Amino acid sequence: MADVILKADNLFKHYPIKGGVLRRTVGHVKAVDGVSFELQRGETLGIVGESGCGKSTLGRVLMRLEEPTSGTVNFDGVDMYSQSGSAMRKMRRDIQIVFQDPYTSLNPRKTVGDIIGEPFEIHPDVLPKGGRKAAVKELLDLVGLNPEHINRYPHQFSGGQRQRIGIARGIALRPKVLICDEPVSALDVSVQAQVINLMEKLQDELGLSYIFIAHDLSVVRHISDRVGVMYLGRMVELGTEEEIYQRPTHPYTQALLSAVPVPDPTMRGKREQIVLTGDVPSPANPPSGCRFHTRCFKAQDRCKTEDPELLSRPDGHGEHRSACLFAEPRVIVETIDVTDLEPDARFASTETVDQDAFAGGDGRLPADATSVVERSHATGESEGPLDRPNDTHRLIDNDPAEKRDPSV
Amino acid sequence: MTETIAATVQPGASDDVGEARSLTQDAWRSLRKNKIFWFSVLLIGLFVLMAIWPSLFTNKDPGFGDISNVRERPSSAHWFGTDTQGYDIYARTIYGARASIIVGIMASLTTLLLGGLIGVLSGFYGGWFDALLSRVTDIFYAIPLLLGGILFMASFPNGPNSSYFLVVAKVVLVLSIFGWPTIARLMRSSVLQVKPNEYVLAARALGASPWRIIRSHILPNALAPAIVVATINLGVFIVAEATLSFLGIGLTPPAISWGVAISDALSAIRTYPHVLFFPSLFLSLAVLAFILLGDAVRDAFDPKSR
Repeated sequence: MADVILKADNLFKHYPIKGGVLRRTVGHVKAVDGVSFELQRGETLGIVGESGCGKSTLGRVLMRLEEPTSGTVNFDGVDMYSQSGSAMRKMRRDIQIVFQDPYTSLNPRKTVGDIIGEPFEIHPDVLPKGGRKAAVKELLDLVGLNPEHINRYPHQFSGGQRQRIGIARGIALRPKVLICDEPVSALDVSVQAQVINLMEKLQDELGLSYIFIAHDLSVVRHISDRVGVMYLGRMVELGTEEEIYQRPTHPYTQALLSAVPVPDPTMRGKREQIVLTGDVPSPANPPSGCRFHTRCFKAQDRCKTEDPELLSRPDGHGEHRSACLFAEPRVIVETIDVTDLEPDARFASTETVDQDAFAGGDGRLPADATSVVERSHATGESEGPLDRPNDTHRLIDNDPAEKRDPSV
Repeated sequence: MTETIAATVQPGASDDVGEARSLTQDAWRSLRKNKIFWFSVLLIGLFVLMAIWPSLFTNKDPGFGDISNVRERPSSAHWFGTDTQGYDIYARTIYGARASIIVGIMASLTTLLLGGLIGVLSGFYGGWFDALLSRVTDIFYAIPLLLGGILFMASFPNGPNSSYFLVVAKVVLVLSIFGWPTIARLMRSSVLQVKPNEYVLAARALGASPWRIIRSHILPNALAPAIVVATINLGVFIVAEATLSFLGIGLTPPAISWGVAISDALSAIRTYPHVLFFPSLFLSLAVLAFILLGDAVRDAFDPKSR
């Protein structure tokens, strides 16, 4: 766990804005504006932030699908941006990407076998020609699809199945790092859980490191070891999952977390919600000083001039990196453990659902979102007739060590 | 009992494994049911057969003119009659198909290749390269096909003993020079549509070369509209060839073509209309067949019309 596989240092990606008759550059959209972080081997780094904060651009710059304006990425001891030609191609084997939209990320004119087999064709030295079909079938099996479907076309699959095809393509070359650019945000909630559990399973089996880009805080919390929060092209807070979700020190993180719905009716109306006013400023013309000061509830005059750096700041328990001059912990999500509580008779609907879903299980009441997700799994929501009937069993994540403490 | 229930709930869930239907196969499936498609295929097949093997349809020599027997009305000896030179109209109409079909198919193929190449390159690489190629395309697009053809053919007229091949090649060349911009523009726009798709990005992320991306991701997804327009253009090129021949600057006698025949028939249009009628009918049918085929193929490849 200790060694760093990917280290991004001061990454910038500015897109020029062309204007006028002569198409002169009149400004820059600062999509990624000085981001540094490191990814440990085998860990999952979640990156969250609202739309347009530069998450996806960051993913593409890390993949070198876009050239950065400046900054370096050190991948496994090698400077990625100084590689060229065949060295870069070789490096691409070790870092792969899974895209957001399963409907546009698969070529509609190619069979699943062609799509998953393409990595082997591009890197022919990985596998001899004869072994490719078997390798593709193995990959299909690994992601929980029927290996017999190798000759089907993408439109014959559902969204979740397509996303698994995309994952199979991503892991075909056994990469060390998989960048997941919102891999589940286009899927139904039940299918999201399947895909995420599949990704966790693959991480255990193949020793992958993930950079998991998403805007859904609950999903990121479920899968991540560490989390980075982005705002307007900057990383504003970076810490372990526990530090970010339990002791956030940056006001933006606190505001984001306060907006997460908590599936606990006893908390209704008791939770403090921080409602941010105004829109996200344009990344072409970001505010001076702290980028967040225009919407921050703590902003002072100092924030308009001083640009806080992403430094370790105390969070009440230890310290983690946060970019706020007035960083202080604030408990946002106060949920209580309801496992042992008698269900309130007023919430009749809750009781009904519980008994239905847990009639064949261990009879426990659902405590939080995680167990609700697991429950939908256990009841075996399949994706339609295309799935094999025994498909769902292989995806159930019933490792007890993975169960999260419902009290957090 | 449970097995029968399962079988009725999921009909064919197991036996359709391995069934593969691509968009092309879907298109073929809907084309097969289209009567207009079969009608046009039948007509085109006939014309192509005429072009390849005209002696299958007639045993008369189209180059034999019987001066003592001119402008004869249709009879059992001369099915379509004879023209002002005493040639058998039926034989000349059959032999005339060759010029039209060769010119149409060759001009369509060259415009598809040339326009396709330029369109793909400018759409894929973009930037100043695209700007340059697009302006060149615009320049050629601004010249009407027929005007360009007339100017070109009038500047380089056929000699009295130019070979048939040379004359046809010249017409194909001029139609290609002024016909490619339509395909190039179309191709460029569909490449621009396909390029931002995530499967293209995924291929780049895997380290695929530009050539591989174009060949296996861009082209298969961007080619359909260009093929449809090329099919429709085939009819347009046949018309253009006939027009140039009619004006006396496309194919010139002794070459046999529908355009030449129509031009020859004009002198006697009021008294002997049948001399004009038959070559015009064949020309119209050929053009109609290709345009109908293009329409049918376009409908089949357009998923929204299904």
